[in-house]
Amino acid sequence: MWLSANESEALALSLIVASRSVLFSLPFAVLLAWLLTRRQFLGRTVLDAFVHLPLVLPPVVIGYLLLLLFGARGPIGGWLERAFGIELIFTRNGAALATAVMSFPLIVRAMRISLENVDRGLEDAARTLGAGALDRFATITLPLMLPGVLAGAITAFSAALGEFGAVITFVSNIPGETRTLPLALYSALQTPGGDGAAARLAVISCVLGLSGLLLSEWFARRVRRMLGHH
Amino acid sequence: MLQVAAQKRRGTFELDAQFELPTPGVVALFGRSGCGKSTLVNVIAGLLTADHGRVALDDAVLLDTARRIDVPPERRRIGYVFQDARLFPHLSVAANLRYAQRRAKAPPFVDIDLVADLLDLGALMHRRTHQLSGGERQRVGIGRALLTQPSLLLLDEPLASLDTSRREEVLPYLETLRDQLAIPMVYVSHHFDEVLRLATHLVLMADGKTIAQGNLGDMSLNPKLRAIIGADAVGAIVDGTVLGPDPQSGLLRVRVGNGELKVHLGGAAVGAKLRVQLLARDLIVATQAPQHLSVRNSLSGVVTAVMDDAEDSDLIAVDIGGTIIMARVTKAATRDLGLAPRLPVWALVKTVSLRPHPI
Repeated sequence: MWLSANESEALALSLIVASRSVLFSLPFAVLLAWLLTRRQFLGRTVLDAFVHLPLVLPPVVIGYLLLLLFGARGPIGGWLERAFGIELIFTRNGAALATAVMSFPLIVRAMRISLENVDRGLEDAARTLGAGALDRFATITLPLMLPGVLAGAITAFSAALGEFGAVITFVSNIPGETRTLPLALYSALQTPGGDGAAARLAVISCVLGLSGLLLSEWFARRVRRMLGHH
Repeated sequence: MLQVAAQKRRGTFELDAQFELPTPGVVALFGRSGCGKSTLVNVIAGLLTADHGRVALDDAVLLDTARRIDVPPERRRIGYVFQDARLFPHLSVAANLRYAQRRAKAPPFVDIDLVADLLDLGALMHRRTHQLSGGERQRVGIGRALLTQPSLLLLDEPLASLDTSRREEVLPYLETLRDQLAIPMVYVSHHFDEVLRLATHLVLMADGKTIAQGNLGDMSLNPKLRAIIGADAVGAIVDGTVLGPDPQSGLLRVRVGNGELKVHLGGAAVGAKLRVQLLARDLIVATQAPQHLSVRNSLSGVVTAVMDDAEDSDLIAVDIGGTIIMARVTKAATRDLGLAPRLPVWALVKTVSLRPHPI
């Protein structure tokens, strides 16, 4: 293996953080996509804008806001620690939260597009066959929006691998705990003689990102074929 | 008895409909495209809410806006066959059928085997829905609706997306359902030949309103039907009983009213019911018993009415023994023959112009 121990550690940590980030945000993303697509309610536009905020704000701002809310003395962070003993700040779970927030707009967007393409007539048909609301969602809507869910998840995973600003602001740059690939790359650049390491980390990032995008496309095609679209 | 009344405003369109159907029976909602048939069916199913309305099937009140009763569609026990079938694309044919069966809210009276048998679905079970032809999709859709163990079946133009030959593939299955399962059906169509073959009752709709209704025989004489189906398709629909084969001609003898028709149809048992449409344009009226004619069918009766038809033609209603038929004649013929109520006449029709349907 041509990676050093530190570099493999950063790679492994990135994969762990990105997986947790996606698993954590998926249910919320499905719920929000459904709310924003299917429900008319007061404040829908505001909620929509709020979800998209990480796309337009500097990641440092997101990291800072997370510090305020989820820090040890923040309203949510303090409560999580007292009630469940969950520490977010300076931990890999914290890094996962930061990447989840940053990639959330991507995943919601992908799901909304596929949810808009789900034929409401099929849900009506399920209704006449005796399926209640939750039943319809689980057996018809969700399976049919699966291409979007998968595409969104893979894109979010790839984006999560590369999140820098929000992570370093919220959970700092701790080797073995929060030093993911981009943070390791940044550290390598700060270290004299770290050029080789930086180049290798950059190559890994490129390969991971590209594979993610290709995998997402391949998945989407497979599912479309399975559903009989051409 | 199915009782339906519904009022609904949707933009500039206004639905104001009411009809009743003795059960079991097949009522056809008939009218031009856009007259509100589908809207009415969706109100019955509960997929659309009416501003004011009442839907009741026997003792079960499914909708009564005055009493704030509105049973949600998933608990109405109404099977719905959609024009576009709406099969679930992520499930196989068998899984589509099981989806309905598992969620049935009533004790089963049809199972998958019976449905597969009635609709010939056996060979399709493991296919994916996008591998089915249009006719096959509709058959699966009908089967799926039946497996909800419905107390009422709604069919919203189930054949409209099929071409003529595919339609012929599905129609016999619908006839089988009507004859073998005593489920009341509401059948939406704008093809009169489907109505002729399937319906026991007819509700005419125009511009969101129900404009006439009754049993099919009576409705076939209703002048309002003409505006929808066109003058050429006007004619009495009469139900007859098979008397047996005519040894000389090889034709089938059928009793209608007090008279007898000879028709082309193989394999009908004595006593079987047949439905025949006697198109007004195909009937000839004579005031004397006809002789020396090639026409095989002559029905004697009495004129009951002379109705204005078009600028130069009349419709002559003739009672042939408890059954009314209609003939179109020129106004000149009405005058020359002195056609008027109570005049005894003979109505003649060529065998080749009759297309009997088993009912």
